[in-house]
Amino acid sequence: MRSQGAGLFAYAIVYLAFLYVPVLFLPLFSFNNSMFIAFPLSGFTTQWYSQMWADAAVSHALFNSLKVGAAAALVSTMLAIPAARALTRYRVPGGASMLAFVNLPLFIPEIVLGISLLILLNATAIPLSLLTVALGHIVVCVPFAITVLVSRFEGFDKSLEEASLDLGENGWMTFWRVTFPLALPGIVSSLLLSFMVSFDDFLIAYFLAGSDVTLPIYIWGQLRFPYKLPSVLALGAFILFVSTVLVVFAEWVRSRGLDHRKHKMVGA
Amino acid sequence: MSDETYLNIDHVTKRFGKVLAVNDAQIAIRRGEFFSLLGPSGCGKTTLLRMIAGFEFPDAGEIYFEGMRMTDEPPHMRPSNMVFQSYAIFPHLNVFNNIAYGLRRERLARAELQRRVEDALVMIKLDGFGPRGANELSGGQRQRVALARALVRRPKVLLLDEPLGALDRRLREAMQIELRALQKSVGITFVFVTHDQEEALSMSDRIAVMSAGQVLQIASPRELYEAPNCREVADFIGQMNFFDGKVTGRDGGMARIDAGALGMMEIETGASTGASVLLALRPEKIALSAAATNSVKGTVMAAAYLGERSHYNIDVPGLNEPVSVATQNVGKIASQGHEPGDTVHMTWPPGALVVLPRD
Ligand SMILES: Nc1ncnc2c1ncn2[C@@H]1O[C@H](COP(=O)(O)OP(=O)(O)O)[C@@H](O)[C@H]1O
Ligand SMILES: [Mg+2]
Repeated sequence: MRSQGAGLFAYAIVYLAFLYVPVLFLPLFSFNNSMFIAFPLSGFTTQWYSQMWADAAVSHALFNSLKVGAAAALVSTMLAIPAARALTRYRVPGGASMLAFVNLPLFIPEIVLGISLLILLNATAIPLSLLTVALGHIVVCVPFAITVLVSRFEGFDKSLEEASLDLGENGWMTFWRVTFPLALPGIVSSLLLSFMVSFDDFLIAYFLAGSDVTLPIYIWGQLRFPYKLPSVLALGAFILFVSTVLVVFAEWVRSRGLDHRKHKMVGA
Repeated sequence: MSDETYLNIDHVTKRFGKVLAVNDAQIAIRRGEFFSLLGPSGCGKTTLLRMIAGFEFPDAGEIYFEGMRMTDEPPHMRPSNMVFQSYAIFPHLNVFNNIAYGLRRERLARAELQRRVEDALVMIKLDGFGPRGANELSGGQRQRVALARALVRRPKVLLLDEPLGALDRRLREAMQIELRALQKSVGITFVFVTHDQEEALSMSDRIAVMSAGQVLQIASPRELYEAPNCREVADFIGQMNFFDGKVTGRDGGMARIDAGALGMMEIETGASTGASVLLALRPEKIALSAAATNSVKGTVMAAAYLGERSHYNIDVPGLNEPVSVATQNVGKIASQGHEPGDTVHMTWPPGALVVLPRD
């Protein structure tokens, strides 16, 4: 038994190393005082970070990505709220298969999705821009948003909303005073998750962006220039840091929301 | 409909698909009354209560509050408030904000709001609990908060769906007394749903006994116990012995009834000559003695000593079922006790036998 436990432990270590060591090279070399990505490290520097910040194209691409991410997160979450509520609250005929159908984009290879969206947009003569990228991202984000929100709305006591109606509030005020605050942790994690999915995406943006660039497209373009590589690493390390913070925050909000005890409001 | 009728449920029917949840219910509830809907689980009590609250709408029939037709009004337009079976305490609000929830629309001054909520907290004996989180409350406290949240709106009718069902026995008994006292002091009409007949008997002014969507009898606890109108009510409320009987003749208001092994008897009833009837007799109405005249003879099959009372099963030749008897142990046990195998004689006062229609 002991040796089996030790074996599993070793397996876990190898697994985690496999997952995270390559990722850790990014921040490591981003502080390395050399143009070349090679050991031994030659010294500590922050010049690649200052070089990255000084580059107007970086901030432009970053700003584009933020815009697209925010739009995709907002729209897909807003679309997902009524869908998730309907799926959990009412016995929707064929609800289970509908959920599976909505989740389908998760299983379609992104390259297929990108090409089909491109064909569709060409056929309808809609010009490619950040807007079309956002549309493509919404298609991909809605399933994530619905999944997060369904798990939030499940186990939601229907009588809470009835109690609000009974206490004199109409349907709209009931939504604002009961449904929304209870769903808020789910909504926040849906926003964060959708944002991350959009922010990370390269393939769909590559197909649909036209002449606009999002951050991943910009990075991809910079890889052609060897002298730019260190500042791309700095950018990658920065994105990694922000993503980690966002994911941890989303998970914290979600688990906090599940534990109502921590939910308090000050007496009126 | 009498003048004092406050809440009138007029031939209300509700179906869910093929299930007839409430079948032609007709109930007139009086102002200031503690009224209970009593019946086994699934008989339609909650559905009826939810139609009064406005969460369900009848397929047929009308609901009037003080003569005003409210059948189709949404919950927030009705002068009633509800204490939910699950209590439905808002988990994201503290006790104060839970109780204040329904007062927002009254646009009270801050001090007035504070006073109303604090008065409610005092009423439910939770003063000082305002800042507590909803999930820092025990079951009994949650039940009180749900009660205060509804009562603080000063409803004309308070609807309660098995509010004591989730509490343990001792707390439940204490709350029965408290709730009854509260109802008398605030003077609000209570419609109280329960499947517990003792609870209904001890708390209510009147009770509607329901079964399979139908209202069987509406009466005071005493009347339900002493004069049930059918076998189901008699069976559901307390213990009951049933015997077959046949009306052999009438003499004014009295019917002569042949009750087989129990003999011939004269009972006041409207049953006509030749009718088969059911005779019902409460176990505690029967007195046992070692020897007696003009009585029914039987043999003790089983005896259970329960402290202040004893239970016996008496076998009577000619009856399929043993007769159940309950006696109060008021005298010396030695002179009262009967052992299995003893021959005993059963007597009961005139009027103890209730005549029911055969179904
Ligand atoms: N929303 C509903 N949909 C379908 N059937 C229901 C619904 N609510 C109640 N019923 C059915 O109606 C009947 C009465 O239910 P209910 O009023 O909850 O009974 P009780 O409160 O007396 O236990 C039951 O057979 C129940 O299954
Ligand atoms: Mg019920």
